[in-house]
Amino acid sequence: MGQDVLTEDGLFMVNIGPQHPSTHGVLHLKVWLDGETIVKIQPHLGYIHRSIEKMSENLSYRNFIFATSRMDYLSAHINNEACALTVEKGLGIQATPRAKVIRIIMAELTRLASHQLWWGCTGLDLGAVTPFFYAFRDREAINGIMEETCGARLTMNYMVPGGVMYDLHPNFQKHTKDVMASIKKNLADYDNLLTGNVIFEMRTKGVGVLSKEDAISFGCTGPTARASGVSCDIRKLFPYSGYENVQFDEILATGGDCYDRYMCRMAEMRQSVNIIEQLIDTIPEGDFQEKTKAVIKLPKGEFYQRVETARGELGVYIVSDGAASPYRVKYRSPGFSNLSALSQMAQGVKIGDLVAIMATIDLVIPDIDR
Amino acid sequence: MKTIFLISLSSLARHIHIWLEELIGNPNGVYITEMTIVGISLIVFLVVLCFFLGYAERKVAAFMQIRLGPNRVGPQGSLQIVADTVKLLFKEGLTPTAADKFLFHLAPLIMVITAMLALAPIAFAKDFQIFDMSIGVLYVASVSSMAVIGILMAGWSSYNKYSLLGAMRSGAQIVSYELSVGLSLISIVILTGSLKMSDIVMSQSDGWWLFKGHIPILISFVIFIIASTAEINRAPFDLTEAESELTGGFHTEYSGMKFAMFLLSEYINLFIVSAIAATLFLGGWMPLHFGHWEGFNHIMDYIPSSIWFLGKTFLIIFIIMWFRWTFPRLRVDQLLNLEWKYLLPISMVNILVVTLMAIMGWHF
Amino acid sequence: MKEPGYFKTIYLSVISLLKGMKMTGYYFTHLKEIQTEQYPDNRATLVMADRFRGEVIMPHNDLNEHSCTGCQACEIACPNGTIKIITKQEILADGKKKKAIDQFVYHLDLCTMCNLCIVACPTDAIKMGHEFEHSVFDKSQLKKILNVKGSKVKAGVE
Repeated sequence: MGQDVLTEDGLFMVNIGPQHPSTHGVLHLKVWLDGETIVKIQPHLGYIHRSIEKMSENLSYRNFIFATSRMDYLSAHINNEACALTVEKGLGIQATPRAKVIRIIMAELTRLASHQLWWGCTGLDLGAVTPFFYAFRDREAINGIMEETCGARLTMNYMVPGGVMYDLHPNFQKHTKDVMASIKKNLADYDNLLTGNVIFEMRTKGVGVLSKEDAISFGCTGPTARASGVSCDIRKLFPYSGYENVQFDEILATGGDCYDRYMCRMAEMRQSVNIIEQLIDTIPEGDFQEKTKAVIKLPKGEFYQRVETARGELGVYIVSDGAASPYRVKYRSPGFSNLSALSQMAQGVKIGDLVAIMATIDLVIPDIDR
Repeated sequence: MKTIFLISLSSLARHIHIWLEELIGNPNGVYITEMTIVGISLIVFLVVLCFFLGYAERKVAAFMQIRLGPNRVGPQGSLQIVADTVKLLFKEGLTPTAADKFLFHLAPLIMVITAMLALAPIAFAKDFQIFDMSIGVLYVASVSSMAVIGILMAGWSSYNKYSLLGAMRSGAQIVSYELSVGLSLISIVILTGSLKMSDIVMSQSDGWWLFKGHIPILISFVIFIIASTAEINRAPFDLTEAESELTGGFHTEYSGMKFAMFLLSEYINLFIVSAIAATLFLGGWMPLHFGHWEGFNHIMDYIPSSIWFLGKTFLIIFIIMWFRWTFPRLRVDQLLNLEWKYLLPISMVNILVVTLMAIMGWHF
Repeated sequence: MKEPGYFKTIYLSVISLLKGMKMTGYYFTHLKEIQTEQYPDNRATLVMADRFRGEVIMPHNDLNEHSCTGCQACEIACPNGTIKIITKQEILADGKKKKAIDQFVYHLDLCTMCNLCIVACPTDAIKMGHEFEHSVFDKSQLKKILNVKGSKVKAGVE
């Protein structure tokens, strides 16, 4: 067929291009194949780089939080919370007790919504179209709660340094309880449709194994690493914002294949429902926001705060030189490290398995590119 | 057993034949005119069928996915597929420069023609077959296996290594699953003793084979449904057309009306496979009779035979559509694994059991 | 052929597949669960949440008055320059000069609906409206002037 398309080692390079139905965002993968088996993968990033970090150098400490909603848009609340916590660390204040509990509830709702979308997209990538709609039905319910209290469904911008922007809607508790009841019922349906399905198990068991040593050396976090046995739940290891007072389990598995990652996330969904149910009736009264000065100036120094988003550990690192804007903001994104392990995980699998692996790592490309 | 039908397609056919004989007189002329009429009505039937099946597929998918489906174009969205077909008609039909032009244009035609040819021996109603040949079942099995030629031609002539890859996979899939389909068909032929479609249907006049030949025929039926879903490249075996991380399969390079012909052939194949299943396992146009319940049987006889046939066919079509919207896709090696390690051995053992059953008379 | 667990595998597989089919079959037969909102047809009855962030509006009361003092707190709070306040000098009854709002320019095409301006306003002059159908053919229609010809109503502070 014309030119020589093989490289020197006889491998065959294929582009899984930026526009693709199965990559969750604009991801360009260069895949080197030996027949149908994958030998090497090289991701090319930057298609959605919006220089959020550079933009933050011109914004004030209250303003720069809104852009992080658009980084990992599925865990928008948690991203905002990370920035707010870092600024609070710099100022040396803590959020009010009421704000802390509200933050936990919002974060767990976001995690639940993110995992539901992930579940739907996993089914979609593997060929089952129906789970996508069931997942979105439940996600809509959670988005309804967000819309009622925060006013927006995806980019909420509800967290401020010191607490939350305004108080909960009076209907919040009842609405959340109703939604939790329906989600608990539907989680059993999810298991019937996809988890126990023999075709699904055949496609994910033993595929894309990531060993514990590799997970640690690549810096993977979140359910990707916990499925390989690495204990890295920030909510348990470095608790923030009141997580030390909440009872929940850290989900670990030992296999490290796609099926284990899948089961980790399903179990995490149940844990999130558990946390919300513990807290929803006992939200302390009081202020929803700690009073801060009108213009926030952090003292000179470096501040780092890590949180557990739905994908893994997000770190916010602020270097301040005393002015009203940060000198440098850097985000340690979980997706970046998880993606770097893709080449390792996809050694020796067929092309069809690549889709399954990418689905279970749960990539969100704007998180990687910022 | 005397059966009374209110609307009779066979008497309609007979009247048309008599009228043509009076009109033309020359037997060859009558024959040719009849063939033309049959051809045109078949094409019209298939086009209407594809509109209906496309609409049904989208509505079934929508209801299973808790949503509404097409509901704007035409009453309840029934003209949606018409709109889609008109859109495809207007699209530019691109031919790659380096493609093998003759084969490129021929491939979709072959797929549609082999699909239409397989409709010949199917009994749509009592005494209403296009061509009741004595080797009906063999004819259908052989004609439908010619579809592989169309697929390989499409993949090869596209001059695209991804299409070729997809076509090869699809070819392997179809060729392997034909074995299981054939063995399932044979099990009914053993019990009936004849390959002729009308004989098979008449042998079910005291009950459908699915009920008469109990467990072995049930196993045969299930294997037939699974294997034919793989034959027509539908989910969960549709890796060639939907596993689009690299390619759209053998029809990547096609656009416009030729692409519409691939879709048409897929729906016609779906109909044929369901019609065969309905004829062989569920009794074709035979109404549902229970042994000696004369009153019940009498009522069942009033429903015209064509309605029985279409009802059973659409039931099987619904089951095949149900598969598509529930299950994830299989990988290519798992697909071949399923056939060679599970379906084929079970079919072979099943054939032995059915033969034993036929000889010893252990069926109802 | 008779590997250990061959038939058990088949049995368990079939059961799991049937469970999946039962679920989709359930939703196929229970059409009441359909969640689709027939959007363009239900505009008359559509109720948005009261905190929904559609666009920034400046409510005027019956006397055509608003509460904006032109203090520019919202302009400073806005992260991406969506709001531009144009002020003028107004001469009051007792001869003193006071800064007042001339035009509240709001670029709807830049707004991210982050709510920071609403929170920053000391006089509650602006709030989030519920209108969400903003598509227009001409981009200049997205640059809105929020204040109608009116005067400030309360003695707001700078």
